Amino acid sequence: MVPVLVTQTPSQEGDVRSGPVAMRLEDVAVSFSGRTAIRDASFAVPKNKVTALIGPSGSGKTTLLRAINRLHDLTKGAVVTGKLMLGDTDIYAGGIPPTLLRTRVGMVFQRPNPFPTMSIYENVVSGLKFNGIHKKSVLDEAAESSLVAAALWDSVVDRLKAHASTLSGGEQQRLCIARALAVEPEVLLMDEPTSSLDPISTRLIEELLGELKSRVTIIIVTHNMQQAARVSDLCAFFLMGEDRAGEQIEVAPTRKLFSEPDDQRTLDYIQGRFG
Amino acid sequence: MMSTTIEGVPPDPMLERRELIQQVAHKTLKRRMLRSRVVVGLCGFALLLALIPLFAILFSLVQKGLRWWSIDFFTKTPQFPSLLYPNDVGGIANALIGSLVIDTLAAVIAIPIGVVTGLFLAESDGQLANALRMTAEIMTGLPSILLGIFAYQMLVIGFHEWGIKLPGIGFAGIAGSFALGILMIPIIIKASENALRSVPFTIREAALALGARNGVVSRKVVIPTALPGLITAVLLALSRAVGETAPILWVIGASTVVTWNPLHEMASMPLQIFQSSTSPYTSLRAETWGIALTLVIIVLFLNLGSRLLAAWLRRERR
Amino acid sequence: MPDPLLAERGKLFSVKSDWAYLLILYGVSGLFALICVVFLISVIVSSIPAWRHSGLSILYGRTWSQATDSFGALPIIVGTLLTTAIALVLAIPIGIGSALAIVHVLPGRARIFASSLVELLAAVPSVVYGLWGLLVLAPWFEKTVEPDLADITNGHWPFNPPFEGVGVLLAGCVLFVMILPMIVALSRDAISVVPNDQFEGALSVGATKWQVLRSVVLPAARTGIVGAVTLATARALGETVAVAMVIGLNPLFPHSLFSTASTLASTIALQFQDATPLQVAALGALAVILMAMTAIVNWIGRRLIQRSGAQAQFG
Repeated sequence: MVPVLVTQTPSQEGDVRSGPVAMRLEDVAVSFSGRTAIRDASFAVPKNKVTALIGPSGSGKTTLLRAINRLHDLTKGAVVTGKLMLGDTDIYAGGIPPTLLRTRVGMVFQRPNPFPTMSIYENVVSGLKFNGIHKKSVLDEAAESSLVAAALWDSVVDRLKAHASTLSGGEQQRLCIARALAVEPEVLLMDEPTSSLDPISTRLIEELLGELKSRVTIIIVTHNMQQAARVSDLCAFFLMGEDRAGEQIEVAPTRKLFSEPDDQRTLDYIQGRFG
Repeated sequence: MMSTTIEGVPPDPMLERRELIQQVAHKTLKRRMLRSRVVVGLCGFALLLALIPLFAILFSLVQKGLRWWSIDFFTKTPQFPSLLYPNDVGGIANALIGSLVIDTLAAVIAIPIGVVTGLFLAESDGQLANALRMTAEIMTGLPSILLGIFAYQMLVIGFHEWGIKLPGIGFAGIAGSFALGILMIPIIIKASENALRSVPFTIREAALALGARNGVVSRKVVIPTALPGLITAVLLALSRAVGETAPILWVIGASTVVTWNPLHEMASMPLQIFQSSTSPYTSLRAETWGIALTLVIIVLFLNLGSRLLAAWLRRERR
Repeated sequence: MPDPLLAERGKLFSVKSDWAYLLILYGVSGLFALICVVFLISVIVSSIPAWRHSGLSILYGRTWSQATDSFGALPIIVGTLLTTAIALVLAIPIGIGSALAIVHVLPGRARIFASSLVELLAAVPSVVYGLWGLLVLAPWFEKTVEPDLADITNGHWPFNPPFEGVGVLLAGCVLFVMILPMIVALSRDAISVVPNDQFEGALSVGATKWQVLRSVVLPAARTGIVGAVTLATARALGETVAVAMVIGLNPLFPHSLFSTASTLASTIALQFQDATPLQVAALGALAVILMAMTAIVNWIGRRLIQRSGAQAQFG
């Protein structure tokens, strides 16, 4: 077997699948102008745990992720089918307006994208302001709370008015995490959040995830197997099929997926035979 | 999403905040979405407003100008409308040929100077080149009437003072070419520097490696490669010069006959439009639409031509 | 648009060139530089007699009369600034709004189409604008627009009669149409280089489209947009022919938006013909003022555009 560091103890395995569920996906598929990018995504996202979407590039993981906060609404010709349940509501069936949905499902992007003309403080509270909250005491509280959670508070507490561009890459990404956390979402989507960062910042953020999951449910896309093994509780493995559409191959608790996967293709992937 | 209060457990500030945020977000949602739709709609409306003048002008041009187009219009010289034939204004052959001669001469002046200076800027770096580049930039932004003053001072008065015998009193088509040429040069410089710079250095290196001198390399290799870009530059400058009135306002004189001699006074289409638009004769005023339509067609031709060429270039480069 | 291969600079002296080649390059470039310098000097020199005659009163004097050889250009300067201001007041919101619409509202193919249409507007020669303004807009202004405006405001200043059609308001409107394509095109460039990443980032915390545009996109594009407006201002200040055809040429202070007036460029254009040498010098003085104004405004505008472009490349 592949020697992989897994963060769960055997007793936690059972918990992952049997605990409360934050989101449920049933036969979710995304297509662009008729061409399917990903299909057959069906799994439950356990609450307050880290779920990783893994697989080689092109397997549709990011596409699936972006469907969860309805970013595909911006793309012409994009069609999302299937059921995406957040709690009791179907995200796409008109249950929640997208703008409101995005306060409950936040996102952190691959490359840090702080707003360049805003200060650090303004960046963090931007979500709150957009949604109509302007009371200073609330904003200050939320800013401190999320910056602490993103392990950035100590570094920036004395320069909250400084421009976001004065931060390093790793700090900027943590700023983006704080910004996403400030609106207190239930779910946090992370699209390869450390792939553009140096190893130290990567490590920092990975450690962060462990603490963050008590606050939000995390779904992370990563092309780095070892990272998935380190941080996640549940793993969903995707692969590009012959029709060039990604499909879900296997979903299992991390420990199981990396030691005794059900599917041969999963085994090939984690043994490094491709991707 | 209710936070249930359990006996003895202090309320979680995070959960409280979450509820507050959701509450406020819910409350303000309708207003925000409405405002967003309205403002974005206004932007679309602004775009429509911006396009209306274009269509209005094109419409007027075609509606009022097309009827003037005829063989006579393009081949005859103008006549003052007489009492018997108030609508017979002749044609614009003098202006047409005048424009042709003046603009061609302007291009002949401007192209060598513009392209070679562009080549210089493309080849070199440093203070001198930067200063020159800035100068060209500033010149493109200057009001073109200043060039008219310059041409007047230098040539019309100059001809006079230096005793150069001209058929007229100092006005000549060539003075107009001079002014328009200076107008075109900075435009050509800017665009041709870009065109020449986009020729990959590897091509030059290859030629140099074969033992050719730099000058030859430029002439035989770089310029031909950049030729489409250079032609684009020239067409762009030409489309601008053909429509300009201010630089030639008082330097080319006037002529009602067709003359191909640039040392003569000449007529020109934009100038003709300018003068006829305030003419007391209704028919002459109406005729300006025909001239304007002709001018616009020519300018659009040149402008679109240069843009299509540039787009074709970009595609070829991929 | 940002230059594709700026890295390929400065090879002239790293490669041995023959003297003939260098001679041609330096010679011709020198010729161009010479032309520019002679141009600058001749405009300035031509105005000297006027400065000697009237001194600085040219700048603040209130009477411009060729009959009495008095050369106070203040009303003309005011006319220039006023028409430009009208053009800007109209062009800035409509121009920026259009640019936002092109980048963020229109779908892909329509975007290129709309951009091309707006740029087509820029290719129309000024004299055709003047013609349209004079023969189409002026009668409409005289009979409909101006009386209507006066009705709405009860003839209150600055909308008081008489209505002549031609005048400050019409000139301002024609200028507005002429500078619009410049503002739209340059603003569009500035807005389109704001990375999509940031747009999505703002959306992801629950912002509406307008909130994203106002709080993230426009501030990021701010430098480029201000540069666009500045360049458009320089263009409006110097526009000659179209304004000359619709402003009525009256070197007095405009007393209402509907009155005729003069601008620097149009005065030069229309009075040059029958001017005495001293009057030519006076017009030369106007030219110097105009040249200084446009050169400075242009320079500021180009620096801003450069800076916004650089930001986009590295920021």
